[in-house]
Amino acid sequence: MHATRLLSLERWKKWVWSFVRLTLIAGLSFVILYPVLQKISTAFKAKSDLYSPIVVWLPEHYTLDNFVKAIGIMDYWQALLNTFTLSALTTILTAISCALAGYGFARLKFKGSQLLFAGVILTILVPPITILIPVYLNLKDFSLMGLIPLLTGGKSVNLLNTYWPFILTSATANSLKAGLYIFIFRQFFRGIPKEVEEAAYIDGAGVGKTFYRIMLPNAIPSIVTVLLFSFVWQWNDSFFTTTYLTSSKVMATQLGSLPYNLQILLEDGANSKADPFYLSMVQDTGILLAILPLIIIYLFVQRYFVESIERTGIVG
Amino acid sequence: MKSILRLDRRSYNEQKAIMGFFYVLPWLLGFIFFFLIPLLSSLRYSLSSVQANSDGLIVHFSGFQNYVEALTVNTEFNRSLADAIMNMVINVPLIVIFSLFLAVLLNQKFIGRSLARSIFFLPVILASGVILSLESTSLIQAVNDQNAGAGAIQGLGTFELEGLMLDAGLSEWVVNYLTSAVSRIYSIVSQSGVQILIFLAGIQTISPQLYEASKMEGATGYEAFWKITFPMVSPLILVNSIYTIIDSFSNNAMTDLIRETGFTQFNFGLSSAMAWLYFAAVALILAVSSYLISKKVFYYD
Repeated sequence: MHATRLLSLERWKKWVWSFVRLTLIAGLSFVILYPVLQKISTAFKAKSDLYSPIVVWLPEHYTLDNFVKAIGIMDYWQALLNTFTLSALTTILTAISCALAGYGFARLKFKGSQLLFAGVILTILVPPITILIPVYLNLKDFSLMGLIPLLTGGKSVNLLNTYWPFILTSATANSLKAGLYIFIFRQFFRGIPKEVEEAAYIDGAGVGKTFYRIMLPNAIPSIVTVLLFSFVWQWNDSFFTTTYLTSSKVMATQLGSLPYNLQILLEDGANSKADPFYLSMVQDTGILLAILPLIIIYLFVQRYFVESIERTGIVG
Repeated sequence: MKSILRLDRRSYNEQKAIMGFFYVLPWLLGFIFFFLIPLLSSLRYSLSSVQANSDGLIVHFSGFQNYVEALTVNTEFNRSLADAIMNMVINVPLIVIFSLFLAVLLNQKFIGRSLARSIFFLPVILASGVILSLESTSLIQAVNDQNAGAGAIQGLGTFELEGLMLDAGLSEWVVNYLTSAVSRIYSIVSQSGVQILIFLAGIQTISPQLYEASKMEGATGYEAFWKITFPMVSPLILVNSIYTIIDSFSNNAMTDLIRETGFTQFNFGLSSAMAWLYFAAVALILAVSSYLISKKVFYYD
């Protein structure tokens, strides 16, 4: 008798908690999805729907006009191709160089490697803005310690507005947030049992072979994590892209100049009387177009993403 | 036989050390060229008056003049720095607590868990500089909020909540903090994606036996959280706090000011001095907060 009453109280508690949990999660999910849903709804609206009081979510007149305008102004397909090339390139190079460095720091200790790892931590801690100006000037007159002038006959090269700054920094594991990726790889490789490595060695594999054949296949969760983070953050990055690639057509620069270009195109010049709401509508469509590829990729990989993070070394 | 084996072993270790250097070498080159040298020249610029002309840069040593100018003459620097720090002080605890709470929630079994997870990690992908700044100027959003009456309802909601909590005897400061958190919920949610991931991963490494044992002893879920989950993930609280602090400092009014001083006014000296003062502030905050948190951290080994 007593036991059953207790049992039912337990059941009640469980029910109430499930309800509270459901409400919380549904509410917060809505908060997260709201801006995206809003953009989707806005993108299909005709201009007349903007002022129609009966239109909140579902447009009265469907139109693709906003898409056509935004695609035209942003030179969308070109920007998409450029951004994709840039992101893919840096992602692959970053993953390779960071995996090498992470393995070196985790397993191949040499004299001074502790000190160098302190350097990795330093690159995480120093705000990128602190070194932005010298790096910028360096890339503007790139001479690689006087080596390039020897080859070209006394002239340094200007690497701005090319992909070289991104290629060079990512091939040398110093691109955007690379310190974090090295840290992730190091933590992961440290977690792999030493016996695995010793067994490979007994079987006659050298350091290189152990790394490629044994360690890398084991490190797939952390590789996936780094690939995804690096791709997404490079795609969204406006900090470096707008500094190094001012005249190239990539998503970040195109989005940044979208409001201005819109005004020029829709009316005559910057001091036009273009309807600000309409501008904002096309601008929202532009943002939607810029993040759409990421959302599509995410739909396919999210399952893998969450699982892989849970198995990465971040925690250990 | 034994000695040969040992010799072999030593040479393998030596081989490993040499290979280790080569594995780290790409990073080391990048570190020197794209980090260390720029860092030092930034320090040099900050102590000099820098002029750019057609031949390149003319750098004259001028002592702490740029620092003095940033702190006393420049009208925006102090305010931007204070703003950045204030925002961080307010946001970081909220983000860390919120993401721990959500990680615990998302770790429980319920219907639609994988859907909820993928929604909560969406901000990792969407939160970014340009998009956020364009978003905040989006008129459509503002208008729609008005139309739906969301603004009014939200305001009223927090207002009533405020009264309720004040009646319950909480101090005014705490109440203001919490209600402002409610109204900034979107920015908090959108900044806590990575932190939720880290906490979630941490919670899943806790051995289930601990929970079973505590349940046998009659611990409630609440007790299990405070006695098991919380201590076990406390090292990650440190990690997450540091990550959140660095993240909150990577893009704000302060960095905009430094960029503008450098790239539109071409005052490299002043800009570098600002950047170094900023770095000093960040370093100080990181040192203090990691000292305070690491005193409370519990390590399982």
